[in-house]
Amino acid sequence: MRRSLATSQGLRGPNLGRVLLALALMVGVLAQLLPAAMQSVAAQDDEIIVGLITKTETNPFFVKMKEGAQQAADAAGVKLMTAAGQFDADNASQVTAIENMVTAGAKGILITPGDTKAIVPAIEKARAAGVLVIALDTPTEPMDATDALFATDNFKAGLLIGEYAKASMGDTVPVIATIDGSTGVSVSVLRHNGFLAGFGPAADAAATPSAADSVFVADSRVVCSQDADGDQALSQTAMENCLQKSGDINLVYTINEPAARGAYTALKAAGKENDVLIVSIDGGCTGVEAVKDGQIAATSQQYPLKMAQMGVDAVVKFAKTGEKPSGYTDTGVTLITDKPMPGIDSKDTTFGLENCWG
Amino acid sequence: MGDASIVAERSAGPATAEGRTPVSLAALLANLGPLLALLLAMAFFASRSDRFLTGANLSLVIQQSMVVGVLAIGQTLIILTAGIDLSCGAIMALGGVVMARLAVINGVHPILAIALGVLTGAAFGALNGVLVTNIQLPPFIVTLGTLNIAFAITHIYSQNQTITNVPAALTFFGNTFRVGSTAITYGTVLMFVLFGLTWFVLRYTAFGRHVYAVGNNPEAVRLAGININLLLLLVYTAAGLLYGIASLLSVARTGVGDPNAGQTDNLASITAVVLGGTSLFGGRGKVLGTLVGVLIVGVFRNGLQLIGVESVYQVLVTGILVILAVTVDQFARRRQQ
Repeated sequence: MRRSLATSQGLRGPNLGRVLLALALMVGVLAQLLPAAMQSVAAQDDEIIVGLITKTETNPFFVKMKEGAQQAADAAGVKLMTAAGQFDADNASQVTAIENMVTAGAKGILITPGDTKAIVPAIEKARAAGVLVIALDTPTEPMDATDALFATDNFKAGLLIGEYAKASMGDTVPVIATIDGSTGVSVSVLRHNGFLAGFGPAADAAATPSAADSVFVADSRVVCSQDADGDQALSQTAMENCLQKSGDINLVYTINEPAARGAYTALKAAGKENDVLIVSIDGGCTGVEAVKDGQIAATSQQYPLKMAQMGVDAVVKFAKTGEKPSGYTDTGVTLITDKPMPGIDSKDTTFGLENCWG
Repeated sequence: MGDASIVAERSAGPATAEGRTPVSLAALLANLGPLLALLLAMAFFASRSDRFLTGANLSLVIQQSMVVGVLAIGQTLIILTAGIDLSCGAIMALGGVVMARLAVINGVHPILAIALGVLTGAAFGALNGVLVTNIQLPPFIVTLGTLNIAFAITHIYSQNQTITNVPAALTFFGNTFRVGSTAITYGTVLMFVLFGLTWFVLRYTAFGRHVYAVGNNPEAVRLAGININLLLLLVYTAAGLLYGIASLLSVARTGVGDPNAGQTDNLASITAVVLGGTSLFGGRGKVLGTLVGVLIVGVFRNGLQLIGVESVYQVLVTGILVILAVTVDQFARRRQQ
């Protein structure tokens, strides 16, 4: 269109001509990138559409989740529609995605909520429109805002590495640092408290933490607790600051493996990497590699691919039979370590690498 | 000079009759390009999905654009003065959290809570204005600072907690009324009214012409005896007021006071302004172009989703369109000089 305008009026100098050529090239590049779009367009009314909304598109966890959803969708012959926020707590983008998917005629939407409370009104609207909504990985607040939840038992994931750490430390007096996720996010609270519960309460503790606790339970043995958003660079800084606070730290709990690697880097720089036990959660491939290399002592592996496959299957079943899933389904968690402790169930890193994500 | 540029833009066709050089292709594209791009995109999506061109879906696209739309009105005013505002999204989030917390946690009357939230936006806008005029700091740096300040205050004040169960008055603009079978959101009406009002002010008042003039040639404006500092202070405060109104729309749209709202809205609003053909160098552009710019982004986001394309392609398309728009503006500017 613009090119024809240019020719009809005569190009005004070489510069504009070159610019228009560049624009034409850009459009050409775009056309090359869009073929996937061209063939999969225009859903027929009888086609089952499943929506998947993740927190971001870049995190390997969600990449794996998308992969699992795509496999299940291909196997069932249904169409998968995906969207994501631009950052972890990007509620507005997720609301927009839900609205667009409902308009597109999705039968069901699978979502990992970025903001567990803020997303609820939008989910309620989608469900009122007859769409099945299943939370993956992260529960909404309240949990019954979605039809069902398919997720890792995050408290149990913490519990497993807590028990492992206790067995590994033996009688050594623990001086603990925790590198956590955002405060106010249920996953980070569940993992943190699960870890403390697995490790066992301190002598002066009032009670053992439970999955019902909605905030980090205070523990006198935890000398440093830092919110590093699960980010490697921020976790490194957090660990450096923790070491300033107490040089006696001998046990580090991290919310995920990027945080564990950040903590390891800081410990190594301080020459303490062999004196400190790091335990973590996730089971991503680079994380399991770090376990294999001895940087992380043990990690709790979770299964995003399975969550998404189960989610897609549930939506397909709902579309065909009208039957809705309900409540919480545990998608499993496994302790991965190459230094097994007696009495603690675990798998080695060979198993971990076969089942890892990312 | 400002007046001349407005006239030049509005008389794309008959300019030759006045003995001027024929309007350049670049100027023509700068004028009609955004609308053309919007219509082409709509035609494309309508041909690919039978769900796109329905009243319900178009109403949805506009509803999804209303928050960034109102932010972009303020952004347009500031960019016309050759400024830029990175703080708009953060100010909006703060306003939303203020009104939601006051109403829900402190039990303040909802209408008063809304007013205080909107005024928080205006106050932050005024702060931007004071720093730009009295201390003579570049707008980019000032608003980079206030972006972080507003973000931090939002998170400290809200204690990182999303505020739910807000009273009905705060979500009124998220409600709908029916025209035929199509549900229209009250908030979108408010957005259109604000665009109309701003268009009128820019087009028909002395203040509006001074806004253009400051962006074109501040020295000439000063020599003409206009108080530039007062003018800029008014512009930044008005923009802040608009961000405060966007706070209300954001709360109404999502139904919660969200401390993480608006984190990418500063660039989204600048994108809309640029796509709408307003020059980042100031002095030239139209607020109605910004409306078109906002809708272009909204149409791509919704349309690509409907035809089943990943949302990252919307980002790609937006990037290309931004470079296109700025390129066209550069040529229009050179020819004008």
